[in-house]
Amino acid sequence: MQFFYHFGKYVILLTKVFSKPEKSKIYYKQTLKELISLGVNSIGIVIIISVFTGAVITLQTAYNTENPFYPRYLIGLMARDTIILEFSSTMVGLILAGKIGSSIASEIGTMRITEQIDALEIMGVNSASYLILPKIIASVLFNPLLTMISIAIGVFGGWIAGTATGVVSSEDYIYGIRFAFIPFYVTYALIKTVFYAFIITSVSSYYGYFVRGGALEVGRSSTKAVVYSCILILLFDVILTQLLLS
Amino acid sequence: MIKVDHIWKSFNHQTVLKDISVEFEKGKTNLIIGQSGSGKTVLLKSIVGLLDIDKGEVKYDDVVYSKLDFREKKEIRKKIGMLFQGSALFDSSTVEENVIYPLDMFTNMSYEEKRERANFCLNRVNILNANHLYPSEISGGMQKRVAIARAIVLNPEYLFCDEPDSGLDPITTLRINNLIKEITEEFNTITIINTHDMNSVMEFGEKIIFIHIGQIWWEGTNKDILHSENEKLNDFVFANHMAKRLKQI
Repeated sequence: MQFFYHFGKYVILLTKVFSKPEKSKIYYKQTLKELISLGVNSIGIVIIISVFTGAVITLQTAYNTENPFYPRYLIGLMARDTIILEFSSTMVGLILAGKIGSSIASEIGTMRITEQIDALEIMGVNSASYLILPKIIASVLFNPLLTMISIAIGVFGGWIAGTATGVVSSEDYIYGIRFAFIPFYVTYALIKTVFYAFIITSVSSYYGYFVRGGALEVGRSSTKAVVYSCILILLFDVILTQLLLS
Repeated sequence: MIKVDHIWKSFNHQTVLKDISVEFEKGKTNLIIGQSGSGKTVLLKSIVGLLDIDKGEVKYDDVVYSKLDFREKKEIRKKIGMLFQGSALFDSSTVEENVIYPLDMFTNMSYEEKRERANFCLNRVNILNANHLYPSEISGGMQKRVAIARAIVLNPEYLFCDEPDSGLDPITTLRINNLIKEITEEFNTITIINTHDMNSVMEFGEKIIFIHIGQIWWEGTNKDILHSENEKLNDFVFANHMAKRLKQI
């Protein structure tokens, strides 16, 4: 029953979010702000995580395929496909759920408990749309770019680790990442990213928007936002994989 | 005129407002007083539409506001200014940005015109040289005054104040009260103030309603209150020994 209650409330919130904006110029400015806050400010963490994970994926692949029958370029190929298919979309999605999700839920939650949302409503502003829509648009637009950066940096990280430790030569690795490349895998990763961006921003906003109580409840709602965003990301990973790759 | 007509409000089967009917007139400072938990804030939030009422009607100049949908309410809300208990300033915007915000949202003024109007309102509430400070960098009294400036920037017809004196010292309280009274007369607004500050009640209560356990227990002016025989009201207004002695005198 609780699920249907929350789902219904979430859908009603989304109808408010996607209603006609009061003044599109203001929304445009807000979206630019959110692009920086949610997108540009996440580039650093995405680069750091991607370079190390790309390195680890390459090393683990190399140590688990130490068989003379396996050509060494397979290390590059496997690293590339792992990064594109799962790491740069889903893992980065989970990381962003932690970073962006908690930030959105606590920001909106604090606005709720300090009556800033009531102040917006009293002025006649559609607070749900004003606060949430720019975040959704910014993430849906920018997260695919983060995924592309993550793919590039992850593959590069793999090359650094592989060549520096000597588990694979530079030629083999580069041949591997170019071998049997399926461009649709990138499209698949980007489609997943768009879904995840929507899940992270809307679910986190929902938990922030309806928070009641004080600082403790804002913290709890922030945790809930991250947990439920992660669960939904993993659920949609399965659904989208079945739909897009079957 | 704002007319509250037999309104009821409950939360989880607990009735907080019971059959409240009252009228608030233009150019007057109307006070809602009562103990904590008596239903003052619920009444104020029901009048402004932040809470949906269970029964009854709230009318703004013959428009049944409580029955309007969000889009229809928006037109009336543009005429409402509200001062919240905790000021409710946008904490990541500066003082000036806070005051400019309603102008940004609902007018087509140029940036210079908006700044001029914001500075006029800030000067009106005696906030000088604080335009670029954030709410966390100014005192509680200043925050209230900035919130008043934001509330009046669109020339509201209705001004609502939820405990404007909470957390302020007596001198700042007096300043804020005088400011609200002046603005009410200057802008000819219908001002409704929620308070349990007795200085405010005695100083400028042109119309006072006393709420007790969700009902209107007494209605009158600040002059009437001194001669009231209402036991509950007297218990509330003259709560301490000194006040009781003064009443006897």
